Amino acid sequence: MEILIVLAVIGLIVVFVVGLYNRLVTLRQRVREAWADIDVQLKRRWDLIPNLVETVKGYAAHERQTFEAVTKARSDAMAAAQTGSPEQRAQAENALGAALLNLRAVAEAYPQLQAIQEFKDLSENLTATEDKIAFARRFYNGNVRDYNTAIQTVPTNIIAGMFGFTVEQYFELTDPTQREVPKVSFS
Amino acid sequence: MAAPPSRLNIYDAVAANRWRTIALVTVFTGLLSALGFAVGEIFAPGGGLAMVPAALGLSGVSATASYFAGDKLVLRQSQARELAPGEETQLRNIVETLSIGLGIPPPRIYVIDDTAPNAFATGRDPKHASIAVTRGLIDKLDRTELEGVIAHELSHVGNHDIRVMLLVTVLVGTVALLSDWGMRSMFWGRGRRDRGGGNAGAIILIVALVLAILTPIIAQLIRLAVSRQREYLADASGALLTRYPPGLASALRKIAADREALEVANKATASLYFANPLKDAPRVMDGLFDTHPPIAERIRRLEAM
Repeated sequence: MEILIVLAVIGLIVVFVVGLYNRLVTLRQRVREAWADIDVQLKRRWDLIPNLVETVKGYAAHERQTFEAVTKARSDAMAAAQTGSPEQRAQAENALGAALLNLRAVAEAYPQLQAIQEFKDLSENLTATEDKIAFARRFYNGNVRDYNTAIQTVPTNIIAGMFGFTVEQYFELTDPTQREVPKVSFS
Repeated sequence: MAAPPSRLNIYDAVAANRWRTIALVTVFTGLLSALGFAVGEIFAPGGGLAMVPAALGLSGVSATASYFAGDKLVLRQSQARELAPGEETQLRNIVETLSIGLGIPPPRIYVIDDTAPNAFATGRDPKHASIAVTRGLIDKLDRTELEGVIAHELSHVGNHDIRVMLLVTVLVGTVALLSDWGMRSMFWGRGRRDRGGGNAGAIILIVALVLAILTPIIAQLIRLAVSRQREYLADASGALLTRYPPGLASALRKIAADREALEVANKATASLYFANPLKDAPRVMDGLFDTHPPIAERIRRLEAM
């Protein structure tokens, strides 16, 4: 009789632990999926840049510094994606965003450039991509928050400690102008 | 202790809706059984029990069919046309961007060529979802307002509201069909033969009749209550998604001011839309029969955020 009770208690504990473990795995999986979303959009932004630079160059060839800054920021961001931590990567992407903002500000001064369709398309594409980066980042950070909360609160923190679930980092892009970009180009 | 959530977690909303779906199916199974019994009794005394499995079978088939093809039916009925690639880039960008923020694949986009501003979403889950907007919505709203409306509709998709509404719409339809059937056979006198059961037979018949009259009304009230409640939730999660409640509020104000009815909408599809497309709004019995909550109240809640 006593053995049965002991077995039942052990069984319940096992079920409980398995449930918590699976919840943590699900939460971590959501964080990774959300990260893939950001990754896709950041890469799309890299892909748009060479065309944009070439187009602007055709009308404003002497703004060399601006082009070089964008090109350098782009390769820095690509390098950070290969080797850096999420924090370094966010920093590099931040710098790229700022350089792009500068490039677009420079382009404002050339009415002929503003008038051509190719530039308009690139511009709308870039705006949409930056918007998507902002939303993907928000979704990612939301999932990170849920996951981090779970591994730091009782009782899941015990399971997290036992099986080596570690805190994920937020992806911070601090530049507030990033969210403002669409409003500028559509008003 | 824990800070109030700065977003409505979509996963929690999906889980809550899973329970809601189970509860609704249970309630409707009860309603349909009662109704099947009533119709059977009206057809032939003592035939009530035999009719119950038939009624449940009928609704099972129609619910399954609607689960897989209901969205296409609704879209065709609304004369919606799928957006070609490269068409309405701004609308497509808004839908894609907000979908990313919600973590769902972008739904297919349809346009209804009607100048009344409105929109709806349908489908069985986020992977098989469609969102339809009218030409009037694209033309009359600015970008932030459009974002508000799209975010509202995408929340319906992400929360799996679209599945609940699809099922409820069909189940209500089946209840109405069955009850209609019972009442008609009653009036054409088929059930009056051999009704020799005395008092007991008469009482059963009266109960059956009351059931046949009441169940469609109850079913309709459930559907409308579900629909109204989902609208508030979608407003809230839509506003959280764009982080800009005034956009959605301003869209609601514009749509309220627009007195044009949407011709392709009807009583069956009205509750799917962003705002009541029929513009009839008979304010009786405290809005118990309305498909949508009053727009003024929706705006008030958004402004309080």
